[in-house]
Amino acid sequence: MQQSNAYIITFSVILTVVLGLLLSGTSQVLGPIQKKAVELDTKKQILGAVLEASELRKMSAEEILDYYEKRITSKVVDIDGNLIEKDADGNPIVAENVNVAKNYKMAPEKRQFPMFIFHKEGNPDAAEAFIVQVYGAGLWDEIWGFLALDIDLNTIAGVTFGHKGETPGLGARITEAGVQNRFQGKQIYDDAGSFQSVVMQKGEGRDFSDDLHKVDGISGSTITANGVNNMLRNYLQFYSAYFEKLRSQAGSTDLALVN
Amino acid sequence: MSTETAQAPVKAAEPLLSKRRRKFISDPLVDNNPITIQVLGICSALAVTTQLQPTLVMAISVIFVMVMANLTISLLRNAIPSRVRIIVQLAVIASLVTLVNEVLKAFAFDMYKELSVFVGLIITNCIVMGRLEAFALGNKPYDSILDGFGSALGYAWIILAVAFFRELFGSGSVFGVQIYDAISGLFGEGFSLATNGLMVSPVGAFIILGLIIWVQRTKTGYVEH
Repeated sequence: MQQSNAYIITFSVILTVVLGLLLSGTSQVLGPIQKKAVELDTKKQILGAVLEASELRKMSAEEILDYYEKRITSKVVDIDGNLIEKDADGNPIVAENVNVAKNYKMAPEKRQFPMFIFHKEGNPDAAEAFIVQVYGAGLWDEIWGFLALDIDLNTIAGVTFGHKGETPGLGARITEAGVQNRFQGKQIYDDAGSFQSVVMQKGEGRDFSDDLHKVDGISGSTITANGVNNMLRNYLQFYSAYFEKLRSQAGSTDLALVN
Repeated sequence: MSTETAQAPVKAAEPLLSKRRRKFISDPLVDNNPITIQVLGICSALAVTTQLQPTLVMAISVIFVMVMANLTISLLRNAIPSRVRIIVQLAVIASLVTLVNEVLKAFAFDMYKELSVFVGLIITNCIVMGRLEAFALGNKPYDSILDGFGSALGYAWIILAVAFFRELFGSGSVFGVQIYDAISGLFGEGFSLATNGLMVSPVGAFIILGLIIWVQRTKTGYVEH
C-alpha cells in the first residue's frame, strides 16, 4: 500500500493525540488514589521503625491509618533544634509531606527535618520512641529510611530502610526485616556521651552483639552499606541539636515539654 | 501492508478454538517458547524472578500488554503506514506499559515500588514487538489476541518456574510462605536448612534457566542451527 506523506503525518498526529488523551485521562482518574497509596506507604514506613514488619503486614490500610493517627505526633525541626511550623509564605509545614529528596539538595542549615513522636499506648502525653527520617545515596540511587530511638535518645528501637534501585539480593536486602533487626538495641552515643553513630560492617556473619556501635553487614554490598552508614551519621547529627534540647528538659518523655 | 501469512484462509464458520487457533496458544508454551527457544526477554527473567509474587505481577502485566498491543495493532493493521510502523508499535506498547504502571501505583503500591523499573522495561521486551511485527500486522484481531496470549503465557510459565526455584532455594519460601522454617519446625531444631544466596543473585536465574532449556531441548530434540 502506497501512502502519501500527508497520510503518514495525519495518522501519526491522530495516534499521538489519542494515546496522549488516554494516558492523561488515566493519570487524572488514578491520581488521587495514587496519592493515598503514597501517603499510606509513608505512614507504614514510619510505623515500621517501631513495629515488627509481620505485625504491620497483618493490619489493613484503615487500621494502619487509624493506628498512626492515635500513636504518632509529627513535628518539623531545623538544624538548630527549633521547631518550624510555617514556611516562608506562612503556610503550615506538615512533617509527613516534607520532601527529603528536595531538602537533600539544599544546605543543611536550610533543610527541614521531620520528627515523629510515638506515644505510649493509651497515654498521648508520654512518648515511647522518637522517629527521625534519614536520606542518602546507595550504590545506584537514593536510599532512605526511618530510625526510631528509645526515650533515652540513644538506643535504637528499630529502623526501616527503602531504596530505589539497589541490586536485588545484595544491596536491596537493606529492606529485609532480618537485616533491619540487626540495628535494634545498638546505641549512637558512647558511654562518655560523644557521638558514635552505628556502622554496618563489611562482610556478613560475624557476631557484633557485644559492640553497641557495630552492625553485621551484608555480604556483597559494601557500597550500599557505606551509603547507609553515611546517611545515618549525617542525619543523626542534623537532629542532634533537637535531641540535646529534649535531653536538657528533665523527663523528655513528657510531651508538654517536647513542645 | 497485505502480508498474508502462510496459514490457510480463515473460513467463515471456523470454531472459536479450532485446531489452528489452539496452536497459537500451545506452540509458544514449549515448541516455540519465547524464552527457551527464541531466547528473548531474558533480562526481565533475570531481574524479577527472585520472588514468586512480583514475578506473578510481572507475568500478568506482560500478558495484558501483549494481548492489548496485538489487538490494537491488528485492528489498525490496514491503516498503519508501513514506513512508520515500528514507531507506531512502540507508541502503542509504551502507552500500554505506562497504563499498567499507573494502575500498579494506584492499587498495588508495594508491587509498584519493587517492579516499576522492570515493568517499564516491558517496552523494550523483544517478545512484545516481535509478535506485533511477525503476527499482528498481518492477521485478524481475534487470531492476534490468541497469538499474543500464547506467547505471553510461554514467557509467564518460564519466569514463574525460575522464580519458584529461586525463591525456594534462595529464601526458603514459596509465595512468601516459609517452607524451610516449617520443615525445621517439623523435624526439630537439629534439622535446619540453609538458604542459598547464589539463587537470589542473577547468577541463580541463569543456572535455573539453563537447566530448564537443557531439560526441554533433551525432551523435544530441538537443535539450534
